[in-house]
Amino acid sequence: MIENSSDQSARSHEMLSFSVGGQSYALEIMSVREIRGWAQPTPLPHAPAYVRGVINLRGTVLPIVDLALRLGLSEVEVTERHVIIVVHVGAQTVGLLVDAVSDILTVSGEAMQAPPDMPSGATGSFVEALTIVDERMIRILNIGALLPDVTQDAA
Amino acid sequence: MAEIRASFFVECEELLESLNDGLAAMEDGGGDGETINVVFRAVHSIKGGAGAFGLSDLVNFAHIYETVLDRVRSGDFTPEAADYLTFFSSADVLSDLVKASRDGDDTGAAINAKVLGELQRLEGGGEGPAEEAEVEFVPTILPLDFEDEDDGPGQVAEVTRVRFRPHAELFQAKNEPLFIIRCLEKLGKISVVCETSEVPDLSARDGAPGFLSWLVSFDTAVDHQAINEVFEFVADICDIEVSAVPLETPNAEDASPSPSPDRPDLAEPHRLENPSPQDEPTELKADTTPAAEPTAQEAAPMAAQKATVRVDLEKIDRLVNLVGELVINQAMLSQSVAASGIPANSAVAQGLEEFMQLTRDVQDSVMMIRAQPVKSLFQRMSRIVREASASIDKNVRLKTSGETTEVDKTVIERLADPLTHMIRNAVDHGLEQADVRAAAGKPAVGTVSLSAAHRSGRVIIEVSDDGAGINGEKVLKKAIEKGLVSQNSNLTPQEIDNLLFLPGFSTATEVSSLSGRGVGMDVVKSAITSLGGRVSISSIPGKGTTFSISLPLTLAVLDGMVVEVAGETLVVPLNAILETLTVTDTNLKPLGATGNVIEIRGGFAPLIDLGVELGYRGPKERYQGAIALVIGHEDGSRGTLVVDAIQDQRQVVIKGLQPGFGDVRGIAAATILGDGQIALILDPITLAKPDGSAVTGREPQLQMAI
Repeated sequence: MIENSSDQSARSHEMLSFSVGGQSYALEIMSVREIRGWAQPTPLPHAPAYVRGVINLRGTVLPIVDLALRLGLSEVEVTERHVIIVVHVGAQTVGLLVDAVSDILTVSGEAMQAPPDMPSGATGSFVEALTIVDERMIRILNIGALLPDVTQDAA
Repeated sequence: MAEIRASFFVECEELLESLNDGLAAMEDGGGDGETINVVFRAVHSIKGGAGAFGLSDLVNFAHIYETVLDRVRSGDFTPEAADYLTFFSSADVLSDLVKASRDGDDTGAAINAKVLGELQRLEGGGEGPAEEAEVEFVPTILPLDFEDEDDGPGQVAEVTRVRFRPHAELFQAKNEPLFIIRCLEKLGKISVVCETSEVPDLSARDGAPGFLSWLVSFDTAVDHQAINEVFEFVADICDIEVSAVPLETPNAEDASPSPSPDRPDLAEPHRLENPSPQDEPTELKADTTPAAEPTAQEAAPMAAQKATVRVDLEKIDRLVNLVGELVINQAMLSQSVAASGIPANSAVAQGLEEFMQLTRDVQDSVMMIRAQPVKSLFQRMSRIVREASASIDKNVRLKTSGETTEVDKTVIERLADPLTHMIRNAVDHGLEQADVRAAAGKPAVGTVSLSAAHRSGRVIIEVSDDGAGINGEKVLKKAIEKGLVSQNSNLTPQEIDNLLFLPGFSTATEVSSLSGRGVGMDVVKSAITSLGGRVSISSIPGKGTTFSISLPLTLAVLDGMVVEVAGETLVVPLNAILETLTVTDTNLKPLGATGNVIEIRGGFAPLIDLGVELGYRGPKERYQGAIALVIGHEDGSRGTLVVDAIQDQRQVVIKGLQPGFGDVRGIAAATILGDGQIALILDPITLAKPDGSAVTGREPQLQMAI
């Protein structure tokens, strides 16, 4: 469990970085509720492919989104070493399946750059900003865009 | 302050409930002397509380209402049937005003002109409607310091009344009320009434005087300052109340002076001096409910009041959730104990057994907390009947029974809309016009009955009318016209009745203000289905129609059958399953290229493979030997769902799926099994639609037709 200890200064952001499909991503730490190990989910019929199913998180039904599939990366065999990051966005709580959690970063506002315009790709719209930490490019995710919206899921 | 205000409105809901109860009892002639007191007190307490919060509209109306009720209470006026209608409408207006005050919009005041006129007519002792639209009620109580009154004597339309209530000390100081009254006489022509209602039985009297009070009515407006001077000597040992009242009332008193002492504005000096209701201070303090919904379960006013506690609904929900966790946890524990090979007669296993029993009891008790009597719902319906019948000029009476039946609060809330719809339908379509009724030899007043009862773990709510019943021919014609059934279909009367539930069906040839807009029973049906309920219809031509709703007691747990399909564990609600059978060579018949039907005692039901339907696997080559669950539909048709195995039958705690992930057709919710795994709860009725389109189609109208 990660405590919300960061100060809310507008200029620097605390980020949780993790790797998905060999790429480094990060998301705002305030939206992270907990990090837990992989558990076999119950599949949801007719759900989008990136929804792995639901797991029991201490009595609540938690949908699991396979972040690699959601970002359009290649599908990987899920092993015991995979990690679920439980995030809370709006009224929804969702588990994000990632390869591994790396670090907690403090990124200043200036260090974040808007992603360049890319030819349309699945990943593009989910990345909010880019930053460089220790000569690695970290993609900062817009979690809100990751979750299926209700209308989209109706089909 | 906001908290007290909120609790006042909660209180109002309860008071309105007992007001409606009392009125109903009085109308039925079942009320005794206490009933009118309850009714009167309800209105009075609302007025008192409203005064404390400065809700002048509410105070004004409650005041007039209270005055009329007080006349009834004193036996001065015996209400007739029409007057009760006024009383009920007044209660409705009062409830509207309470709501308007609560929500802070002041649109409610405009709608009550008619009722107000009626009330004022009754208030004036039947001497015709009052001139003024609203009596300017200003509780101009004189506190013991004598200051100038707001109401100057210049207003010609008002007269002055003095309420004089000496304390015991006044007599001990050897003052004589008579002299004071004589002094008042010098200020203008007066009539004096001595009120003795508070004098106790002689046997109970402890010798202290101070029970008498006098009401002095001037026939003109008198300078309050002059009156105050008269009372100067005794100001601190008596209660004096000087008020200005509109002119029309003393005219009534000239003819008969008796009503005046019963004017509540004067009769309750204590209450007016301290407008917050004195008899409920503890409740106001103890209250924690911020919501304005009534949560306490109030016993019938005539019965002994049970002690109740108001609890924030959120707290209860939290408790319900926790108990749900407990049940799951307990199941997990049992499973691991069983897995570890501990013998069944060991202390651990036996202790666990007891633990299981306890959890179940705790769960039941917690579910009971959420349960509420349907009375509040029924009372709302009686208002619907009044309004609906008034708007189409039918004379309708609502009979209710089983109001104490308890149902989960959420069920009650979500039942209000469909029930309103059904009641309106019964009034509008069900009951005939008065002349038709007379021709059929029925009483002129139509009856709509609403009943609730517990039956085998479910709640049955019935709405019936004594109208003409469903005109099968007309329904069938309409259905054919609208293309809902084919021209030459051969339907049983039961099937025809059930056509009413089809979307877009409405038989009323004329669209009235009440119904007939084509939004009909299908909406009712889907609302009830979404509550896990069923609705059925039965009609006897010429005698009436009965709609019967069957609902689960709670929405938090359900009895389910745990089944296995393609390695996945699923839960099918038990109430949807008619029977289970094994697919054999004899009962399985192919239909078309891929379809199969199962013969069940001469009937055929489509065979739907759950594994395929839910996308777990492709169709099987052979279904022989598989288990089929027979699912019954409301219209009597059936469908079968094929599963691989039945594992268990147990109560499961319903866990909602998040929107966005959970909008899967055929999946109602999820639950957590004993091993901690999540199992999906199916919506078998949707899955097993007999028209076969469920297999491929996900069209929205299918959901409507459930």
